[in-house]
Amino acid sequence: MLLAPFLSPQPMHIPDGFLSPLVSIILWVFSILVIAYSLKRVNEDLGERQVPLMGVLAAAIFAGQMLNFTVAGGTSGHLMGAAIATILLGPWAAILMMTTVVGVQALIFQDGGLLALGANIFNMGVIGVATSYFVYRSIRRIAGEKSWGVFLGGFLAAWISIVVAALAVALQLALSRTSPANIAIPAMAGIHALIGVGEGLITIGALALIYAARPDLLRSSKQGVTGGNALWVGGLAIALALAIASPLASSHPDGLEWVAEQQGFLNTARGPLYQIIPDYVFPGISNQVAATILAGVFGTLIVFGVALAVAYSRRKRRLGEVRQTQ
Amino acid sequence: MHVHFLDPYRPGSSPIHQLDARVKLILTLAYILTAALTPIGAWPVYILLLAWAVTIEILSELGVGFVLRRAALALPFVLAALPVIFTAPGAALIHLPIGPWMLTITLPGVERFISIALKSWISVQMAIVLAATTSFPDLLTAMRAIKVPRLLVAIFGLMWRYLFVLVDEALRLMRARLSRSGESDRPDLKAGGALIWRAKVAGGMAGSLFLRAIERSDRIYMAMVARGYDGEVRAAPLPRLSRRDWLTLWLCLGLLLALLTSAALF
Repeated sequence: MLLAPFLSPQPMHIPDGFLSPLVSIILWVFSILVIAYSLKRVNEDLGERQVPLMGVLAAAIFAGQMLNFTVAGGTSGHLMGAAIATILLGPWAAILMMTTVVGVQALIFQDGGLLALGANIFNMGVIGVATSYFVYRSIRRIAGEKSWGVFLGGFLAAWISIVVAALAVALQLALSRTSPANIAIPAMAGIHALIGVGEGLITIGALALIYAARPDLLRSSKQGVTGGNALWVGGLAIALALAIASPLASSHPDGLEWVAEQQGFLNTARGPLYQIIPDYVFPGISNQVAATILAGVFGTLIVFGVALAVAYSRRKRRLGEVRQTQ
Repeated sequence: MHVHFLDPYRPGSSPIHQLDARVKLILTLAYILTAALTPIGAWPVYILLLAWAVTIEILSELGVGFVLRRAALALPFVLAALPVIFTAPGAALIHLPIGPWMLTITLPGVERFISIALKSWISVQMAIVLAATTSFPDLLTAMRAIKVPRLLVAIFGLMWRYLFVLVDEALRLMRARLSRSGESDRPDLKAGGALIWRAKVAGGMAGSLFLRAIERSDRIYMAMVARGYDGEVRAAPLPRLSRRDWLTLWLCLGLLLALLTSAALF
């Protein structure tokens, strides 16, 4: 039963409330830096074509996430799309496209939170793209111009983008002390190792069609080189860091607790601010229960008052309309 | 276009609809940040924040039921925080013997879990009100106002413009697949093909969707160039905020700050 949450169709989008403010803000900063650099690089590489190309392809990835196939027992495999975006347009454009997709999902469809959006962009955009770029480039280099490099590279890139992004989600939840590391990390990794196979198979299917219809899009000289070695190293570093940190964190949850304590300095920093009025109590209200009840009464009164005012103004408006029609 | 049902925007003339999109976006973010910063177990503040959310929902004339129904869709993730009721250290509440193991529910664990669930629930309500009362072009203006790079805003805008076209395209692909494959309600009859084959079909659909999108973007680019596009994203200057908008902005920010500081008192 503890595994149930990790089986939900989109366990990758973290809603608001699950990450500590500090984790959210740090990941926002990381994401903003990467997005700013990607914008610069894409501007150089694609020039004025970038807006239509990335806009429409981001929409295609959003729509492509609807395409699914039944696996077994009511579960289904579907696409996240970071890997295929990276393979088709190169890593920097892929980061921007995933940012747009995840951003619209949060802003419009509440799939993932707004404060948590930085983290979601980081997991699905930055980490997903960097690791799949690293894997795909490496395998294409080994395979040369042979076609198996495209398919094996595509499969592994898709698989690793899912698994590593899931590990990142679990680590962030654990750092925020929302989900214990020794449960969240093995659960997320195990489930997504399977989900990643689905992503990999769909990616192979997509690549097979593109390879047959438009092989020019997959020529290694055309795409991929835009990423440069820095991102290749970055992808390797992220994959390695998460591969090492995750088992450590899940077998020694105390270690992660310690990090959480350390990064929880926001809480301790807030302490002194609150102690300006130590032991302060409202006159006549001496405990938390009374305060809670008071807040409840107060809140209900506000809501009731607003509802009454809105209903009253509506009635007046309607009466006015009736009078006008007469 | 078939999929306009995707767009959560509901036109209206309520005070919330009339509020400037920039003010709404900033206040929504401030509200969610306040909820995130509220300490675990500060129940009075959570109640007041919830009252705030319900107030906005009434004022927006969307109907509280509409927002709450949509908010429930975001709830399953809450289960990801469930294990914390067993693992947070503190006074034991209940012992649950499951087989050879003994699970202990602790009081701080339960407090933490309920707080996380509440934070998430009220935050998603405000995000729903924002999306339902603000049209996407207005949201783009708001994004520009909070200094999102113009290029990124342009990509967002173009993505939204073609989202419905491409979702339609994906729905057509899925309908084509459905009309060519057998399906049965009987559990012993398997839906066509092996797993690998089904994945390959879905992959082929995704591939053709991407190819069509790339070709479509070529045509769009040509059409843009034909109309004088030179790669520069231009936009009209942002309109000024009315005095009422400024007043609402500072009043609400002040209230949120007051709520946050009072979190310590309780």
